[in-house]
Amino acid sequence: MTEATALYDVPGPHARRRHALYGVLSVAVLLTLAAWILYLLFETGQFTSAKWMPFAYQGVQELLLRGLADTLVAFAIAAVLSLALGVVLATGRLSDHRPVRRLATVVVEFFRAMPVLVMIFFVFVALKARPLPALVAGLTLYNGSVLAEVFRSGVQAVERGQREAAFALGMRKTQVMANVLVPQAVRAMLPAVISQLVVVLKDTSLGFLITCEEFLHAGKLIASNLDYDLPFIPVVMVISPIYIGMCMLLSWFAGRVSRREQRSPRAEAVAHATAGPGALLPGGEPPMAPRP
Amino acid sequence: MNVLTDNFATYGEGFLGTLELTVYASLLALALGFVMASFRVAPVGSLRFFGTAWVTVLRNTPLTLLFFAVLLGLPRFGLVLPFEVFAVLALGCYTSAFICEVLRSGINTVPRGQGEAARSLGMTFGQTLSLVVLPQAFRSVIPPIGSTLIALAKNSAIAGAFSVTELLGTYRTLGELGYDAVWTFVWIAVGYLTITLAISALFHLLERKFGVVR
Repeated sequence: MTEATALYDVPGPHARRRHALYGVLSVAVLLTLAAWILYLLFETGQFTSAKWMPFAYQGVQELLLRGLADTLVAFAIAAVLSLALGVVLATGRLSDHRPVRRLATVVVEFFRAMPVLVMIFFVFVALKARPLPALVAGLTLYNGSVLAEVFRSGVQAVERGQREAAFALGMRKTQVMANVLVPQAVRAMLPAVISQLVVVLKDTSLGFLITCEEFLHAGKLIASNLDYDLPFIPVVMVISPIYIGMCMLLSWFAGRVSRREQRSPRAEAVAHATAGPGALLPGGEPPMAPRP
Repeated sequence: MNVLTDNFATYGEGFLGTLELTVYASLLALALGFVMASFRVAPVGSLRFFGTAWVTVLRNTPLTLLFFAVLLGLPRFGLVLPFEVFAVLALGCYTSAFICEVLRSGINTVPRGQGEAARSLGMTFGQTLSLVVLPQAFRSVIPPIGSTLIALAKNSAIAGAFSVTELLGTYRTLGELGYDAVWTFVWIAVGYLTITLAISALFHLLERKFGVVR
């Protein structure tokens, strides 16, 4: 928080006492809140053994693990396909031919403006696809379009001299792209790509809404089981740390890559869109900021 | 074409539902995001910790999971509210984490000298923040807040799957009436485009009026 300290003076003894008082008060309020939630949990009998028993059964554990595996599989397929689609669309947007460029722009803008869920439901309901392909198709279309913008702005952010020098050496456009621009751009846009993958991972949970078999769906199956006394809250308490943990791990990785990138001397040649935090895509959301 | 004209009432209802969700959730997200952002820059350690935890957890929570937990979980604590209210709560809390980060990075774009000058005039933390830093930060956060709210409008589609009246949910009604699914979705898409483009235009206007290049 060192950068925010311009907002207040280095506290003197009086202010420090006051801050300590505020600190104690807010901790008290937060603890009261936590205690109240715990009380509610106990009061409504969420910690009875009947509700937690199912997690001791091997069948239930396997069901959860299978759900987790399905989620990861959906994530992997969607991630690979979105990266591929992103590359294709970005190539289209960077094309020298105007019709191709226009088409790619329209596609990218349309799919970026649509809610992912509308696309997933469209594929699922209107095209009558199976749940998993529908989920993967929806995620691919949306995230592929977003990634296309990331790729495009990454390539365009490579210093102009690099491109001009390469052309001056007599390289063809493909060579310039493949040998000069893309290798430099990839380093700089890696954090942004990874944080987009966090979005893919988060959005695989949308599969729950089209009864795709995945983690949340497995949880729902357990939660709606009357034999186990409808253990809804325990299920949420088991599932959410795992889900949130996975996303946090990936976000943390994006942050790490971004920090390493900033330290690396070679990355300085790339004027990437770190830009002002106030700026907007294309050209510069902070590269590691997760998107809603 | 006649899918729209025949079912104008259904579409209108869904459209208004989405609009309502978006507006209320935006207000909640902006208010909560503001509070959390001021927590995150506050001199009190525990508040800073709370703000950071709030942002870190909510930004990494799948929205579906949040909806699942809020809409189906809270009623088990005897908290029975209409689904719309729950949906606004879930959407608002989720988006507030993103708004908070936007506001915080906006605060960081204000030159340090501004805060220092305010302090040297003897202003308190609250005065520095609300009279000097935030009014300037506001100008540079207009575009990212706009894109966050557009994301919110798009995310509100999830509420439809939890039986809240909104635009995406209309496909079910129309499907039962036997209309062609493709055209149903085309008009749903048009509805969402209208809303997202309207928000984008609104923020473009705000940007033109208040924005500064920093």
